[in-house]
Amino acid sequence: MPDFAIKTSNLTVEIGNNIILDNINVEINKGDFVAIVGPNGSGKTTFLKALLNIIKPTAGEIKIFGKNLDEIEAGDIGYVPQIKTIDRSFPANAIELVLSGVRNRWLGVKSREDKKLALQMLTLVGAADYAKKQISELSGGQLQRVYLARCFASNPKLLVLDEPATGVDLVCEATINEIIEEYNKERGVTVLMVTHDWTAAYHHTNKVMLLNKQLIYFGNTGEAFTELNLMKTFSHLGHKHKVTFGLKSYE
Amino acid sequence: MSEIFSLAFMQRAMIVGILLGAVSGFLGVFVVQRKISFLGSGLSHAAFGGVALGIFLGIEPMFLAIPFTLLIAFLMVFLKKKADISADTSIGILFSVAMAIGIIFLALNENYSADAYSYLFGSILNVSVFDLAIVAALSLIIAIVGKIYWGRWAYSTFDAELARTSKLPVETDEYILTLLISLLIVVSIKVVGMLLLGAYLVIPAATARIVSRTFFQMTLLSVLLGIVSSIGGLILSYFVDLPSGAVIILLQAILLIALLITKEIK
Repeated sequence: MPDFAIKTSNLTVEIGNNIILDNINVEINKGDFVAIVGPNGSGKTTFLKALLNIIKPTAGEIKIFGKNLDEIEAGDIGYVPQIKTIDRSFPANAIELVLSGVRNRWLGVKSREDKKLALQMLTLVGAADYAKKQISELSGGQLQRVYLARCFASNPKLLVLDEPATGVDLVCEATINEIIEEYNKERGVTVLMVTHDWTAAYHHTNKVMLLNKQLIYFGNTGEAFTELNLMKTFSHLGHKHKVTFGLKSYE
Repeated sequence: MSEIFSLAFMQRAMIVGILLGAVSGFLGVFVVQRKISFLGSGLSHAAFGGVALGIFLGIEPMFLAIPFTLLIAFLMVFLKKKADISADTSIGILFSVAMAIGIIFLALNENYSADAYSYLFGSILNVSVFDLAIVAALSLIIAIVGKIYWGRWAYSTFDAELARTSKLPVETDEYILTLLISLLIVVSIKVVGMLLLGAYLVIPAATARIVSRTFFQMTLLSVLLGIVSSIGGLILSYFVDLPSGAVIILLQAILLIALLITKEIK
């Protein structure tokens, strides 16, 4: 019997009268690095939030490492939210943000061990230099590294990343994706990453999930970006030309 | 100067001012950082409905103001969650309704409503031993619960979704925070007055935010500013013979402006 990290059965999410996710059945193996690709409003973030137990499914079932969501330990899943949703007016530094992922609360007074752990994690993602900087002073790329350090600190079994490279420059995006890929390969941690960047998905992940409210494709990355799959995922939005251009760029 | 501290009513006012300044400063950081500053004003107006009902029925106003305010506070949170109405809209609706109820009860009251005006503008110098005991008990409760919950409230203030992924009961925690803020508002009405309470809860925290680099620093500084402004405002109001609540708020505003200017100069 395969060792699934995530298994969804008939997962459906409706908000008001809108169907956001329609009958999603997917089985993700432990250690997979999965890119979730789809147009805006296709349910990518909702899918992640359903896995994180932030949004309750209307129907269906989710199992993570064979457990119901309520049975998952706090540190088992590391989450990097979309950068645009982060409140940068909150007075906090990078060390505090990292520690919130380990202690599951905000720390007022940090012990020497806490600071040491935070610095180790920040070093791991190349962010030690701005450990004491306020989050309002960090660039998008720097903040995403801090969030990754926060995830790594709790030693998670599953990483859930919502557009971790959006809003950062190309070099920084490549570095972030490399850090994630390295962590996935070295530790065998399962990774789910929402991305609009097909190139990044193609180069860094081993599985792709094409989503547009329904599951269009789930399988190996090499076979994911066919014209038919992309047309099914994006064509209703009138993006035919862009899709074709994207395919050519891969070729 | 020393004569102020020898007066019994002034001693009571000082103790109440220090306690309320501290707990308002403590809870105010969550109000400011969650961007629900309107909550303080809204709930104090809501409490006025309960006060007016108490005056109308001839019952100690505080006894009715507490359940009345709590009911409005929970309705606010409930509406925000279940009816998908924004926080400021639900506060705006409910405090107007509560205020309207209060005005109607005052109008129905045939006796002169001098009591109601003391709740509108505050009268810290008239604080009784009973009031002092209530403020002390509430401050103790807020100190104990606050010590336990500060880290959780701070975490969900920063990002409620992240806090949920860390398995924190964010909704329950929010109800507890709202409960404490509501209780604080009710017992503060007599001291600062309904019209000024919103600012009393917000200004020290907003001032602390200007110079703090961490949320912990902001909390400590906000508590300190709450205490200092209460003591300073009381002493100043005694000498200039002006309403203490208004003097405290103005002093807080002066501190805020002074810090803003200092930061700009640097």
